[in-house]
Formats: sequence, structure tokens, C-alpha cells
Amino acid sequence: MQLIVVADGQVVPELPAVARSLASRDEPVEAVAFAGTGVPAGDVAGELGGYGVSRLHVVRHELLDEYGPEAWGSALATVIDWLGPAGVLASASHRDTEVLTHAAARAGLPLATNCVRLAGEEDGSGAWRLTRTRSGGVLLEDAELTAPVKLATVAAAVETPQVPLQPADCEVTESAVDVPPELARTRVAERVASETGLSLSTAPVVVSGGRGVGGAEGFVVLEELAERLGGVVGCSRVATNNGWRPHRDQVGLTGTKIAADLYIACGISGATQHWVGCMDSAAILAINTDPEAPMMQRATYAVEGDVHEVVPAVLAEIRRRADGAAGSGRSGVEEPAPAGSSRR
Amino acid sequence: MDIVVCIKRVPAFGAQVPLTDDGLAVDTRHLGFTIGPHEECAVEEAVRLAAAHGGRVTVLTVGPEEAGEQLRYALAMGAHQGVLVDTGTTDLDPEATATAVLAGLADEPAPDLLLFGDASADAGHGQVGVRVALACGLPIVGGVTGIEAESGAVPENGAVAENGAVTENGATLRATRDTPGGTEVFGLSVPAAVAVKEGLNLPRYPTLPGRLKAKKAALRTVTCGPEPGGLRTLGLRRPADDRAGAIPLGRGADAAPAVVDVLAELGKV
Ligand SMILES: Cc1cc2nc3c(=O)[nH]c(=O)nc-3n(C[C@H](O)[C@H](O)[C@H](O)COP(=O)(O)OP(=O)(O)OC[C@H]3O[C@@H](n4cnc5c(N)ncnc54)[C@H](O)[C@@H]3O)c2cc1C
Ligand SMILES: Nc1ncnc2c1ncn2[C@@H]1O[C@H](COP(=O)(O)O)[C@@H](O)[C@H]1O
Repeated sequence: MQLIVVADGQVVPELPAVARSLASRDEPVEAVAFAGTGVPAGDVAGELGGYGVSRLHVVRHELLDEYGPEAWGSALATVIDWLGPAGVLASASHRDTEVLTHAAARAGLPLATNCVRLAGEEDGSGAWRLTRTRSGGVLLEDAELTAPVKLATVAAAVETPQVPLQPADCEVTESAVDVPPELARTRVAERVASETGLSLSTAPVVVSGGRGVGGAEGFVVLEELAERLGGVVGCSRVATNNGWRPHRDQVGLTGTKIAADLYIACGISGATQHWVGCMDSAAILAINTDPEAPMMQRATYAVEGDVHEVVPAVLAEIRRRADGAAGSGRSGVEEPAPAGSSRR
Repeated sequence: MDIVVCIKRVPAFGAQVPLTDDGLAVDTRHLGFTIGPHEECAVEEAVRLAAAHGGRVTVLTVGPEEAGEQLRYALAMGAHQGVLVDTGTTDLDPEATATAVLAGLADEPAPDLLLFGDASADAGHGQVGVRVALACGLPIVGGVTGIEAESGAVPENGAVAENGAVTENGATLRATRDTPGGTEVFGLSVPAAVAVKEGLNLPRYPTLPGRLKAKKAALRTVTCGPEPGGLRTLGLRRPADDRAGAIPLGRGADAAPAVVDVLAELGKV
């Protein structure tokens, strides 16, 4: 059996296909969810069934009602012991990874995290061949996973195998599990919902600044541009380390990974650790005094120049065109200033 | 509060990542080394906690002898002592690394707090902290970007502190972390383990006197040859970069109309 773990309450569509491709011909693909997942089992089962998953094991214990990495990991280790799956897959989200890591540690099993490719044995050894990302995608690592039960987390960028998925009636099986009472110690004690609104990870446009912005005050025009474009401000680690911006604005390996429609990199050199955070954006515009900067080479569009000149000029041009458009329908509107005349 | 922080020596590269001819490792001949930002924050937090609540900070690393350089960096930031678990390499799988960390911890007094980075800067398994904590019987929470320690008031054994932690010896930690939906708060009583992320604090730069003192400090060395675990690296590759090269939009302020044309084309203005 191949087992899919649904700890985040969401069915990741790539997982059933990957699980099916790893399963031998008649081997079932089943799933496990925790009573505290917060989604009615029926909905999850319906969705899983659409992908050919034939059974959903819902495990129950009062300690599983609220998320706790140790309790959920312990419950998963118990389920692995009961069901004896050949493979166990989850998404590479922080929670899914945390639950699998705890289960792996408790079961004494290896685990491969952040896999972008998974394939069954090639040589009769029973090992899995896989590719995982290192340093957030700076490098790819080819590896071999050998274990009686193989555990892996699957990144969103995984190569989805082309396998036929026969929709199935996904049966829901509820089971009680034992969870050691002391594991109550790491349950979530309190939650604070985040403010709604645009966040760095979801904004369609991110206007980001690095060392070239020169200081906290240099970000004022970036804020203005971001607002005009319906986006938010981001930054490089240099801006964070200098205290110009809070860490939650940092894009990159140890910051936030984004996939915006448009990323504007102002005075950012494009070090690998930054690049992996923005490379999934559909379009990238680099503004930099150095035409040889890696960001200038790898971006979609490049402007060679000083951010302190380019960004205000772009804002002026946007205003000029907006005013022109508004002005064309009315009369008595002041003549818009030409772009070059804006104060810098 | 005695604290052990686990840090890893990793190559520091910029825009290009050179690989060895056999593709098995990063070619570090022309590279410097560093510790990852998450771990830098872990060291900073430990130094601050020890300054505020008393106690000693021990930094521990698993790697070649040269990893002493990273221990000294942490000592220069204010850690008190360093343990080098000499395995000859940092290229170990997470199970083997955890075994080696445990070998280094074996002769140390049990710490009140064991700190890790959320993931190592190079391999990024996100596993070593959990494996070590479990073997030590310690609770662990990962992804933490806020730690508040409250010590002093000693509740009855097993009493429940205000933040929900079951307190046995008086010190409780309020650990917070960001999730896609908001913030999760955990109440932990020490001894405990926490894996932290950059953003927890703004790490200090070592002072010159700090560096000089660290240069002379004695490190405790343990040798260890852990059994490999079930995940074996076969090789490293650079991902294909199929971006076609940037379209130049001009220079300086004169580029503005071309930039706004692109913004309009993308439907952003
Ligand atoms: C393990 C690890 C993790 C890391 N994680 C991250 C991460 O998450 N995010 C991150 O950003 N970095 C990260 N870094 C740091 C990264 O390696 C770089 O040091 C950092 O991204 C550089 O920031 P920068 O581009 O702003 O500065 P620099 O590299 O100094 O580049 C500044 C650029 O601005 C240009 N410039 C200067 N003046 C002007 C001007 N007036 N107008 C226009 N352009 C100008 C310069 O030509 C240069 O290209 C990490 C490093 C390590 C080792
Ligand atoms: N070689 C090592 N020496 C000391 N600590 C390590 C080592 N490798 C990993 N760690 C610790 O474990 C954390 C997670 O590592 P990883 O599981 O590789 O992502 C790191 O941030 C470190 O705190």
C-alpha cells in the first residue's frame, strides 16, 4: 500500500499521481487524516476518491483535536505500524513535513524531504530513486532511499507522473489511536489569525529593494510604486540585516518564496539565496546600476540605472498616463507634467 | 538557563554554485564558509537568554576539524564553549548527523534548552532537530520566530502556567511561529528543544575583542563515525535555467516610458 498523509487539511492533487506511479500494479493507494484536520472526512474522501484513493483512515484521539507536532507524529507512526505501507507521502508544507519528520524519528525510519521527482526501484533493490531540492532550489540532489517503509515529502514543483487515475469510492474508516498523554506539551495553545490583506507570499506584484536602495527612507518610493501596482514591498537580506525592513519582507531562501505575476528587483544583485525566492515569478524587472549583476542577466526585463532616479521617473510616467487618460474625458484638467520634469 | 545550540558549517556562495568534477559536492576550493541565518539567530537568542536569565551557552557542530571556525564565530558572538564532533565531513544524512550530535551531547550536562535551525542552509532536510530531541526525550517545536522566557514564579509540580504550559521546574517558554493562516503559540516548559527561523532576532556582529577571545578558546573535540542512514546522496546538479536573458528597457530615467509600457502590457497599470 502507498499511504498519503493529509495533515494540512488539503488534498494536494500531485500526491495521488506520485503515489500511484510508485505503487505496483494492484497495490492500493490509501490516505490518512487526523481527527483535528478541521475538514469533514466526507469532503476529503470525495476528493481523494476522484484521484483513485480507495480508503481514508481517520485517526481519532482527543489530543489530535488541536494540532500538535508530537501527538500527530506519534499517531502517524502508530498508523504506519498498523498498516505497513510500502511508502508514505505528504506535501512539503511546513506542517506536513513536521508530522512526517516526527513519525519518521519515532518509527526509526529515514525520510526524504522536498522531493521534486520520485521513482520506484530500477534495479530490484527496492530502493526509491529521487531528486530533492537543496537550499530552497539552489541545487538538485539525486538520492536513493532505502527503508522498509519509505517516507517522502513532495514539493509543489514535483514532476507529475503521467499515470491513469481511476476514480474510486473512497471508503472512510475511523479508528481510535493511543497517544501518550505527555505529548499534550506541544499542542498549539493559542492562535492569532493574521490580518487579511495582501501578503508577500500572495501579492500579484512585489517591489523589492536591496543594498542599492541605500537606507530605510529609500523604500518610500518603492512603497508608492507597490501601491500603484496593487502589490507589496519586499527586500533582500542586506535590507533586513541593516534594519531597513522587517524580516517578514525578506524574499529568498531564509525569507519568503514568492511566485508573483511581476517581481521588481531594485538594487538587488541576485545572489542564489535571493534568486530562489523570486525565480518562480512570471516576470522579473531588474533595476540596477551594474549591467553585469546576475539579477540583470536573469531577469525578464532590465533597466540599467540608479533606483533613486528610475523609480521616481516610472511613478511620474504612471501618473502622467493616468492623468492623461482621466483628462482626456474631461475638460479643465491641468496639463500633466512631462515625465522628465518630476523632481528627484 | 544552560543552552546548547547546534550549528552547521556550510559553503557561502554568491550567484554561482561551483560543483566538483564528480558532481558529488559543492566545490569549496574558492569559497568561504558560514553558518546559516537560522542558526545565527539561534546563537543570538541563546546569548540573549543566558544574559537575561543566567546560564551558559554551548555551541556544537558536526563536521570536519575546520568547522571549529564556525564554533569560534559563535563564541565571538558570546557563546561560552564549543564542542566539535569530528566526523571529517558535514555531508552526512540526517539520521547520521543526529547520531553524531547525540555523541557530542553525551558528555555535556543536560541543557535546559536545545536550539536548532529550522533547516540547515545547504542540505535543508529539516530533520536533525526532531531526531535529536526525540532521542533526548525533549519536546520540540519547529519554525519558531518568537521566544519569550518567563522564569521566577515556580508553580506546583505539573501546574498549568498562564500560557498553557505544564510547568515542572518553573521556567516556561512561549514559542510563536507563523503559519499561512496566522500565528501559532506553544507553551513549553524546560527542558525543551526549539528549532528557530531567521526573523527571530537581528543577530549581532562579533566584536573585535570577542573575536580575539574566541580565537584562543579551547574547543572540546569528540570523534564519531556514525552509521549511515537510509537516504544516500548520489550526486548534485544545478537546476536548468531556461530564462532567455533580459530584455533591456533602457537606461536611467529615460527608461520610464518603456517600463510603463511593460507594466501596461502586464495589466498592472
Ligand atoms: C544560507 C544563506 C541564506 C541566505 N538567505 C537569503 C535570503 O533569504 N534572501 C536574501 O535576499 N539573501 C539571502 N542571503 C544573502 C545573499 O547571499 C546576499 O548576500 C544578499 O541577497 C545580497 O543582497 P543585495 O542584493 O541587496 O546586496 P548586494 O549583493 O550588495 O547587491 C547590491 C546591488 O545593488 C546594486 N546597486 C548599488 N547601488 C545602486 C543604486 N543606487 N541603484 C541601483 N542599483 C544599485 C549593485 O550593483 C548590486 O548589484 C543568504 C545567504 C546565505 C549564506
Ligand atoms: N553538521 C551539523 N552540525 C551541527 N548541527 C547540525 C548539523 N546539521 C544539522 N544540524 C542542526 O540541525 C538543524 C536542521 O538540519 P537539517 O535537518 O539538515 O535541515 C540545523 O539548522 C542545525 O541546527
